[in-house]
Amino acid sequence: MINFGYTLNKSGAINLVEADLSLYNDLMKKVPSFARCIGCGGCAATCAARQHTDFSVLKCNMLIRRGEYDTLSKELNKCMLCGKCSLVCPRNVNTRAMIIQARLLVNSFSKR
Amino acid sequence: MQKHYWNEYQKEIAADRYFYARSCIRQTFFPGSETAFLKILQDELGKDIYDSADQHTCSGIGYHGDVVPFLTTSTVIARLFSLMTEAGYKNYVPSCITSFGLIVEVLDTWKHFPETLEQTRESLLKATGRTFEIPENVAHPSDIIYKFRNELKSKMKYQLIEKSTGRPLRGVEHIGCHYAKVFPDKGVGGAEFPHVLAGMIESWGGEVVDYPERRHCCGFGFRNYLVQANRGYSVSNSHKKFESMAPYKPDFIIANCPGCAMFLDKWQYTIAEMEGKTYDEQGRGIPVFTYEELAGLLLGYDPWKLGVQIHQVQAESFLDKIGIEYNPDEKYKGASGEELEHPQKPSVLKV
Repeated sequence: MINFGYTLNKSGAINLVEADLSLYNDLMKKVPSFARCIGCGGCAATCAARQHTDFSVLKCNMLIRRGEYDTLSKELNKCMLCGKCSLVCPRNVNTRAMIIQARLLVNSFSKR
Repeated sequence: MQKHYWNEYQKEIAADRYFYARSCIRQTFFPGSETAFLKILQDELGKDIYDSADQHTCSGIGYHGDVVPFLTTSTVIARLFSLMTEAGYKNYVPSCITSFGLIVEVLDTWKHFPETLEQTRESLLKATGRTFEIPENVAHPSDIIYKFRNELKSKMKYQLIEKSTGRPLRGVEHIGCHYAKVFPDKGVGGAEFPHVLAGMIESWGGEVVDYPERRHCCGFGFRNYLVQANRGYSVSNSHKKFESMAPYKPDFIIANCPGCAMFLDKWQYTIAEMEGKTYDEQGRGIPVFTYEELAGLLLGYDPWKLGVQIHQVQAESFLDKIGIEYNPDEKYKGASGEELEHPQKPSVLKV
């Protein structure tokens, strides 16, 4: 193989057919209201932790739905569990419970 | 009822008396394309097309590489227009798609900011003593081949049909970004449904491959490629397209942009050397042609005179499918019949 001094970039495409969605499926069973999320971002806009960090509930939501778990644990741990996101959610998603359950699942997921 | 949106984007293409402006790079990578275009127009279609010996760059590479400012570019283009005016022509035909896009951009700027036109006229006059008229029509050569595609078909010796099975050959058409993505109304079919190359494939007996990344850029981009460290971005774009088109098993690719045709051809070698992967079942790669080369091959021109042996992916698999006659012994012979040095064989891509 020839070294040209550059390589192919990793594709940013998200392949949902091949993605591991086991954590997402488990989370849906534990927090059924998660299914109602429309991704409006109200949770992220009101987030107290977001005032001081780059934490975003919406980002965690997307990582879970895409099966991208590599950075999920670090993201979830930025949450202060204040619950303001649950109060503003127009779809009554129990976002606080979602974060707690996702933390538990991602820990058990990494031990598998 | 199905609506054909591309029908809303139709452009006027002059029928005769063209002033031809050559590309900076095409004669290196596709040495027979521009000559083939002139031959097709003059000998097959009987058109008047003028190939000036005084022509020069449009400065598009410098402009898009961020080293030439807009006013300089517009003055350089104005000098090309002055050559056209001097020769008595009004229909400008730039061979390069970036030249085409840049000329459309300059004309649009002059239309909306007339002071820039006056500034350009003054700069050109002071620098060269020349004056110019704005062209009545600007068409890319692919527009002209598209316009006369059915007339050409009646003169063609071959069609895009596999000789042994009668199967229409599957063609990927790749349109240069500067053709219609900047000014959609200046291209046949606009940015989303450009029909300029698809129309040629369909008219000449082939089948157009509609694959997910059909409208994705080839990745050339002057700034992507000119800096070596950025070439990974460039090749990754082509890689994305190849991965997307490969399942449809295309028999060939045609492009109307110098950069696209060059990179879709040469990156196949690079990817093969990097990843060991080729995009056809025989490991030969997918042959890439310019639209002039394709028209020339189907008209029965000698493939070696068209210069297709200069391509990275060799054309024999395509020629054999159609049954186009060629002499393998003539492949690397020079204009006066002398045997030229043969290129080194790649380690992965079969030739």
